[in-house]
Amino acid sequence: MSRRYFASPFIVWIAAGTVIPLIMIAYYGFTDRSGAFTIENVVSIMGAEHAQALWLALLLALISTAICFVLAFPLALILKDSRLGTKGFMIFIFVLPMWMNFLLRTMAWQVILERGGIINGILTGLGLPALDIINTPAAIVLGMVYDFLPFMVLPIYNTVMKIDNSLIEAAYDLGATKGKVLRSIILPLSVPGIASGITMVFVPALTTFVISNMLGGGKINLIGNIIEQEFTTSSNWNLGSGLSLVMMIFIVLSMALLSRLDKNGEASLI
Amino acid sequence: MKKFLKGLYIAIILLFLYLPIGVLMVLSFNESKSMSIWTGFSTRWYEEMFSNEMILDAVWNTFTIAICAAAASTVIGVLACLGISRMRSRSQKVIMAFNNIPLLNADIVTGISLMMTFLVFGISLSWGTVLLSHITFCIPYVILSVMPKIKQLSPNMYEAALDLGATPAYAFRKVILPDLMPGITSGFLLAFTMSVDDFVVTHFTRGAGINTISTLIYSQVKVGIRPTLFALSTVIFVIVLVVLVISNVVQNRKGARN
Repeated sequence: MSRRYFASPFIVWIAAGTVIPLIMIAYYGFTDRSGAFTIENVVSIMGAEHAQALWLALLLALISTAICFVLAFPLALILKDSRLGTKGFMIFIFVLPMWMNFLLRTMAWQVILERGGIINGILTGLGLPALDIINTPAAIVLGMVYDFLPFMVLPIYNTVMKIDNSLIEAAYDLGATKGKVLRSIILPLSVPGIASGITMVFVPALTTFVISNMLGGGKINLIGNIIEQEFTTSSNWNLGSGLSLVMMIFIVLSMALLSRLDKNGEASLI
Repeated sequence: MKKFLKGLYIAIILLFLYLPIGVLMVLSFNESKSMSIWTGFSTRWYEEMFSNEMILDAVWNTFTIAICAAAASTVIGVLACLGISRMRSRSQKVIMAFNNIPLLNADIVTGISLMMTFLVFGISLSWGTVLLSHITFCIPYVILSVMPKIKQLSPNMYEAALDLGATPAYAFRKVILPDLMPGITSGFLLAFTMSVDDFVVTHFTRGAGINTISTLIYSQVKVGIRPTLFALSTVIFVIVLVVLVISNVVQNRKGARN
């Protein structure tokens, strides 16, 4: 028996667990309840409610990805320079929260931002007016940044650590300023890590329904919330699949864009 | 001054990352249900947690599913790597592209597509469907960890073992398996953590009344947060911390020895 056949269980599994399910989405997305072909489910993204949910999801995902990058890039550079403990230990501290259940991490912010929560407890204690942060888009962005920051830090850190220090020293020796070194040496060489960090934050942020549900109080709908509701409460698989197809277009687009930056795939997490 | 600013930046980010976890830990020992006022030390939420059938059930489900999913996906994944490496490079590329789909796809799409597939084929959602779904998204991680090790194998060693009279099974155990072991272990551990951490796929593919830690938290948070969840998160955090610190120390020791 050829060793090639060892792969058969895996191929069967891919067919049943990946290919058929994707065909299901395509099938339901392009049919109506009676099974007749229609593009109505996909086109319904243009409807006011759905378009707004998609737009808000894109906007919040972009904002949180940008914030994660702005926080993570200087951090990676500082960690590269510093001699704080052993190399592995510092980065370990920064990605440790990633290993804790992300629902618990999101719940923590719910507790902190809650009307009767700690922030407002401190504010009223100081005689200041209470803030209504919970159930706003700002709370959702905060939750996204908190949950996904380690996914930005890790790939950027990995590529920044690979940059040869002698390149940087050579640039200084040749009279480059700090800004010039950053722009012409460090930034271009960290592009693969930045690209994979952006994918790892943007895609989960764009498609989340958990963070928006927990920190948005169920009143702010992102595209993920709409899709989830179609499958749980309204049981309209056709509409849910149609909207998922539209969402997948955005995922594929962003990945295609970013994979051109990370051509060798060298910055992958594993 | 500059050094101070850098240190301050690191401190602020650490504070941002750990303050919320710290808040949950402190509140888990708070006597009252209040989320902002400290009324006294108590371990009643821990007692409540350990006597709460639903929580214990969810913990049990989480770990049995994770162990089964990690074991099954490791077996399927390692066999797949052995098989794929014998294929033509074009078929290899096609298969690896399919392997990457669950990794790149959004969880919610994986979840709803599996849920529809189960129901269309008349499989009612249960503990088993969660396990099958977890195996599906765990296999790619195993393959990504084991494949590089397979590529590093030297074919001569295996053939030399056969020439010296080893049976194929014996040669596999003594020659190939030891070289693959680091990849297999990390694949298994990765699959295990992915399964424990998963919420979205479980949310869509679980049967009524089946809860993992994640789905239990989600349903409880909707009705109103109770401090038992703070106790649970403290316990989880401490376990994660201990496990990761130990594995880090072990790895560093190994690195130092080599």
